[in-house]
Amino acid sequence: MSHDLTRLTASALAEKLASREVSSLEAVDAHLDRIAAVEPDVHAFLHVAADQARATARAIDARRASGDLTSDETGAARGGSELAGVPIAIKDVLCTIDMPSTAGSKILEGWVPPYDATVVAKLRRAGLIPLGKTNMDEFAMGSSTEHSAYGPTHNPWDLDRIPGGSGGGSAAAVAAFEAPLALGSDTGGSIRQPAAVTGSVGMKPTYGGVSRYGAIALASSLDQVGPVSRTVLDAALLHDVIGGHDPRDSTSLRDEWPSFAAAAREGAQTRSLKGLKVGIVKELQGDGFQKGVTQRFEEAVVLLTAAGADVVEVSTPSFEYAISAYYLILPAEASSNLAKFDSVRFGLRVNPPGGGTVEDVMAATREAGFGPEVKRRIILGTYALSAGYYDAYYGSAQKVRTLIQRDFARVFAEVDVLVTPSAPTTAFKLGEKLDDPLAMYLNDLTTIPANLAGVPGISLPVGLAPEDGLPVGIQFMAPAREDARLYKLGATLEALLEEKWGHTLLSQAPDLAPQEMFASEEGAV
Amino acid sequence: MDKPALMDYDKAIELFEPVLGFEVHVELNTKTKMFSDAPNFFGGEPNTNVTPVDLGLPGSLPVVNEQAVKYAISLGLALGCSIAPSSRFARKNYFYPDLAKNYQISQFDEPIAFSGSVEVELADGRLFTVPIERAHMEEDAGKLTHVGGATGRIQGAEYSLVDYNRAGIPLVEIVTEIIYGAEGDAPELAKAYVSTIRDIVVALGISDAKMERGNLRCDANISLRPRTAPGEPPAKLGTRTETKNVNSLRSVERAIRYEIQRQAAILANGGTIIQETRHWHEDTGQTSAGRPKSDADDYRYFPEPDLLPVAPSLELIEQLRAALPEAPALRRRRLKADWGFTDLEFQDVVNSGLLNEIVDTTAAGASAQAARKWWTGEIARVANQRGVDASSLVSPIHVSELIALVESGTLTDRLARQVLEGVIEGEGTPDEVVAGRGLAVVSDDGALIAAIDEALASQPDVLAKIRDGKVQAAGAVIGAVMKAMKGQADAARVRELVLERANA
Repeated sequence: MSHDLTRLTASALAEKLASREVSSLEAVDAHLDRIAAVEPDVHAFLHVAADQARATARAIDARRASGDLTSDETGAARGGSELAGVPIAIKDVLCTIDMPSTAGSKILEGWVPPYDATVVAKLRRAGLIPLGKTNMDEFAMGSSTEHSAYGPTHNPWDLDRIPGGSGGGSAAAVAAFEAPLALGSDTGGSIRQPAAVTGSVGMKPTYGGVSRYGAIALASSLDQVGPVSRTVLDAALLHDVIGGHDPRDSTSLRDEWPSFAAAAREGAQTRSLKGLKVGIVKELQGDGFQKGVTQRFEEAVVLLTAAGADVVEVSTPSFEYAISAYYLILPAEASSNLAKFDSVRFGLRVNPPGGGTVEDVMAATREAGFGPEVKRRIILGTYALSAGYYDAYYGSAQKVRTLIQRDFARVFAEVDVLVTPSAPTTAFKLGEKLDDPLAMYLNDLTTIPANLAGVPGISLPVGLAPEDGLPVGIQFMAPAREDARLYKLGATLEALLEEKWGHTLLSQAPDLAPQEMFASEEGAV
Repeated sequence: MDKPALMDYDKAIELFEPVLGFEVHVELNTKTKMFSDAPNFFGGEPNTNVTPVDLGLPGSLPVVNEQAVKYAISLGLALGCSIAPSSRFARKNYFYPDLAKNYQISQFDEPIAFSGSVEVELADGRLFTVPIERAHMEEDAGKLTHVGGATGRIQGAEYSLVDYNRAGIPLVEIVTEIIYGAEGDAPELAKAYVSTIRDIVVALGISDAKMERGNLRCDANISLRPRTAPGEPPAKLGTRTETKNVNSLRSVERAIRYEIQRQAAILANGGTIIQETRHWHEDTGQTSAGRPKSDADDYRYFPEPDLLPVAPSLELIEQLRAALPEAPALRRRRLKADWGFTDLEFQDVVNSGLLNEIVDTTAAGASAQAARKWWTGEIARVANQRGVDASSLVSPIHVSELIALVESGTLTDRLARQVLEGVIEGEGTPDEVVAGRGLAVVSDDGALIAAIDEALASQPDVLAKIRDGKVQAAGAVIGAVMKAMKGQADAARVRELVLERANA
């Protein structure tokens, strides 16, 4: 029974909860059991809030029984679906008032913020139940979750492989059926690349579409919070909950957004792409892309064409410089954003032997508290902003950013969406690229341009690479504010693929905790 | 602190040309802070007027205070500046615990206001135009208290306490261009400039502008360059020092004068000036070396990615321009004419900083001359005696009431001074003090006549002299009557009555 509940999509579970076929407590318990069973292998979570989750579930069950669900919980307040009682995992980069929020760093070990991130407050209001905090590369710097100060997360498809990063924990939690939904953050692909390599769905919304308040900043001009799930509809449902203007975030848009779930439902139902112009990005394919990735990508494009899409090739020459620009802008902003971790008011404090000045204490703390990748990027960013180097590095990078934005504008005048593989390769082996930062950085080749331009991007699974049997993802990008277009298109392709396969991709993932391990419904350890 | 050598001031000016530059920080009196909704209130229990934003907690984000932007635009306009159609905030990065984020959100290459000038009036009425480079918005830092050292400075302290109540209070920093040509008037110009800025922000109502409370802070930059012979090109600019901690108008003047004398002595001895911040010490009247400051200080400025550019509409700018109060210099000229003061009288008023008090006192009904007489006379005297601001002693309304009591004959000047004392002591309004202390002039002729008749009867020789036309003899009787009335009589009226009774 509990096993079955964890296999449900969020929307299916929500329906069973609403009809009272299943209680929130049963749903939460099923997921906590699953977490207990697979975490020793996967390590997707840094913190599991079992007691709080159960208490919240009981409260929601009681309110539902007495017909007292709030309009936020029933979805009426946002004109959306009832999601009350559905469990969710939260990336540790997001502040939670009742759970430690470490961003995967030792420097914040045990730090419990005095406030909830806006997105967390919104999902609580909607009655979603936080199960815990998920693992990530330290301060979201990485593509493999190996840079977490608390040890790597393992890919549920192959435990020797990386789950992507920085949000490997959220993607792995969803792919390993530990949670039907998760929140991620995407600065250069941290939602989409993990989704791609774990066979899950990840969406980076338009910059400003979702509040950043309470998301521990990596690079403010690139960071965006978004949903991780097993289906496009589930991602859309979660996006409907967390999106919208936040007066606490000056960069959040004031737009009235359409229902993303409605767009996804429409896409899954009509399955027609007639009139849709799709651009294949010439610069983001071919050399350097794994054979099986290209093969599954091309097969998916064939499906799009078959459904009526007009697929053309477009060129975005400036994308060639995207990684270089990204690795100047990101470290520059990060070097400043991370300056606050100085031991004065929160987090780790290391006193150097024999005491010392405040500067000595700050230095000793940062030396002990930050991992090597964080230090690497702080040094890089500090250098890029230094007097005499600013124009050559940060200044040039901003110019490239402008060129990339112009490339997007130009091709979006011709096509409705762009399509690329979500990542150049399937999941690589843990440790494989740890000593080669540049190789690691190249993993985000396809995802970075969307962040530099602020446009939305979604990744969904399109099959397994024949050579290694690992998931391959496809990425769609749309003009800023056209997030709904991605949900509609994504849901169409998802439906066409599942029709072709006769099953979901994730149903083919190895079962990490075979049924017989459960002695009973309460049997999880 | 060693007493450094100082050159005679006139000698210093003879040898060197002082070159000035000022950075004045104005704390805006908005309800909330620059980037958070914490109350804009420094004081009270430390670290209580703070939000996650002011404490720089991870995940927190700044939001620009719209009122502060409007105030900054108004100030920019009052300084004759252009207002940028779009300006940006930048991060000024440095590790120091006075700002929890370890960077200050300020404006760097795109200030909200730029290229203005302000007319400054010296004590003798000469006008001097100070060029304004820019006025930009930024957040104030927290206050550090260094404990355990002998000096209260960070050097030698055992530990330091941080109060973030002040962190995030909105500031506008007004930066002048390099100011040439002040010559020997440099110290006075410095004082007049800061005073003018204070007048402007007070008139705008955007700051409490109390220097002693740090609402208005002046960093005074000064350098000297040797004079060259006529026809020769001017010498290169000298190395400057930046004097901080000057928190009164008088200190601004003294500090500039001191730095001119100190730098001149060093330069004349073949020494070099170190580019550094210097701290003014009000008690010793000296400056001491602070942090070495180099133009190479690298704050790694970059545009603040958490904030959008500030892009005020033309409509808003024009609306704020239309609402600007009269410029203080123009206002002063108008008031002088309206009041009919002599140059000397008006200068006296301006120098005593009591212009607004006199305006308010006349608005309450008093004549300008009477208001001037009281504020620059008795009230200023008491204020000086007590070492406080005259304006803090008594309200213009009470002064006006006091003047009305004198003019109606209820009080003599002497009695009025006693009433003023009562008002200052908090005994109530002038009327209440008059009643409470029983100080009104005896205006009942009956009582006066009784006293006069008694005095005349007891001094028959005087009576005879008066009757013989020796009017000056009446003085003795008047004195006796005033004594009997305990001074609470109008001497002129008594005199009238004495002559009347003597000749009756």
